[in-house]
Amino acid sequence: MIPDDAKPRLPRGVRLREDKVRERWVLLAPERIVKVNPIAVEILKLCDGSRSLGEIVAGLAARFNADPARVGADVRALLASLAEKRMAEL
Amino acid sequence: MTVAPPEGLLAELTHRCPLACPYCSNPVNLDAPAAEMSTDEWKRIFSEAAALGVLHLHLSGGEPCSRRDLAELTAHAVKVGLYTNLITSGVGLTRDLFERLVAAGLDHVQLSIQGADARQADEIGGYKGGYAKKREVAAWVTAEGLPLTVNAVIHRGNVEDAPRMVDLAVELGARRVEIAHTQYYGWALKNRAKLMPTRVETDRAFAAVEAARERYRGTVVIDHVAPDYHAKYPKACMSGWGRQTLNVTPSGKVLPCHSAEIIPGLEFWNARERPLAEIWRRSPAFQAFRGDDWMQEPCRSCERKAIDFGGCRCQAMALLGDAAACDPICTKSPHHALVLEIAAADSAGPVEGFAPRRYAREPA
Repeated sequence: MIPDDAKPRLPRGVRLREDKVRERWVLLAPERIVKVNPIAVEILKLCDGSRSLGEIVAGLAARFNADPARVGADVRALLASLAEKRMAEL
Repeated sequence: MTVAPPEGLLAELTHRCPLACPYCSNPVNLDAPAAEMSTDEWKRIFSEAAALGVLHLHLSGGEPCSRRDLAELTAHAVKVGLYTNLITSGVGLTRDLFERLVAAGLDHVQLSIQGADARQADEIGGYKGGYAKKREVAAWVTAEGLPLTVNAVIHRGNVEDAPRMVDLAVELGARRVEIAHTQYYGWALKNRAKLMPTRVETDRAFAAVEAARERYRGTVVIDHVAPDYHAKYPKACMSGWGRQTLNVTPSGKVLPCHSAEIIPGLEFWNARERPLAEIWRRSPAFQAFRGDDWMQEPCRSCERKAIDFGGCRCQAMALLGDAAACDPICTKSPHHALVLEIAAADSAGPVEGFAPRRYAREPA
């Protein structure tokens, strides 16, 4: 499990950007275009290497008035799947 | 029919290339330097591509580093919001140019390797010192923190080393490796009888690379391009004709795929003369095999037609002389036996004596 003090970030060459033509957000990586849902966009915007996973989860749970355990599970699942594809660093 | 916007554009900036790989899949007739588009023409095309919905821009060739304006073109592509991928042999990429590309905002470098060691790689690429140069370029890329993809083409001369190419990619610090069995188009089709591995060699190499996938999970992403002639189903070529990507040649011709010119009767429009959006939506070449109205049986009623789109039009053309036929790679094709015969016959001969491709020696 990804620890609370991990400071996730998107590595060089992975870009989160708005795809205005298709009205959605995408992660652009080498030979990959990953559609990103609105919740994941909010998570990934916080993954800049300066915040710990614990801070990210606490911030999102407070902002969306959600259960921190649930938010934590969602954030970890997203980051683990991206890390396996070398699209996030922990 | 509503046409969804393309996601990727392959810009063949030039056909010039210092290497001589026998499996080159570029067209047999190459564009001469004098026919290449200007810096401003390419910039306009990149702007139009971004507005049309293109996300990934592949800067390719030939060897894109042969273009003196490569950094300027990259900077423009980044400015208009495109994700920039440099597809290079590394030969011709100087330290100065690399630094200018980084400053321009280049996102990703895709580096070809021809073999797992210097002797083999330089022999196949036909360029002495090429392997050492590639290692140097790989080190620049990873030291900079840019993502590196290593791209290796597999054929009879190196099929035993396919898993070693994955190891080499990891050693070079690649985040992604593409192990691509040779696709027989263009120059590679001419050399097919020298390049085709046997069924046994192919199966062994394929299994070894798949085994590496588990070993390197989380370290390197392996993209494996299957050996066509030994496959059960055809590849979903270009993810469907005119569905996701377009290809612009050095002289501005816009193609649905880079070998599409082998199909007779297709009318290609040129980005020098018309807006890219109009070409994408309306050009006869793109419309020719969009959707499934063009399909014959067994494709027309096939449950896989939305998965592999009937396979590859150029392969149907090259092997059957009918671009609208089911790709004979497919085991459902009535002509599939032909593919097996070719694979068996071509893999039986000696490996020596393939025709190296040399840009300068070919007629313009």
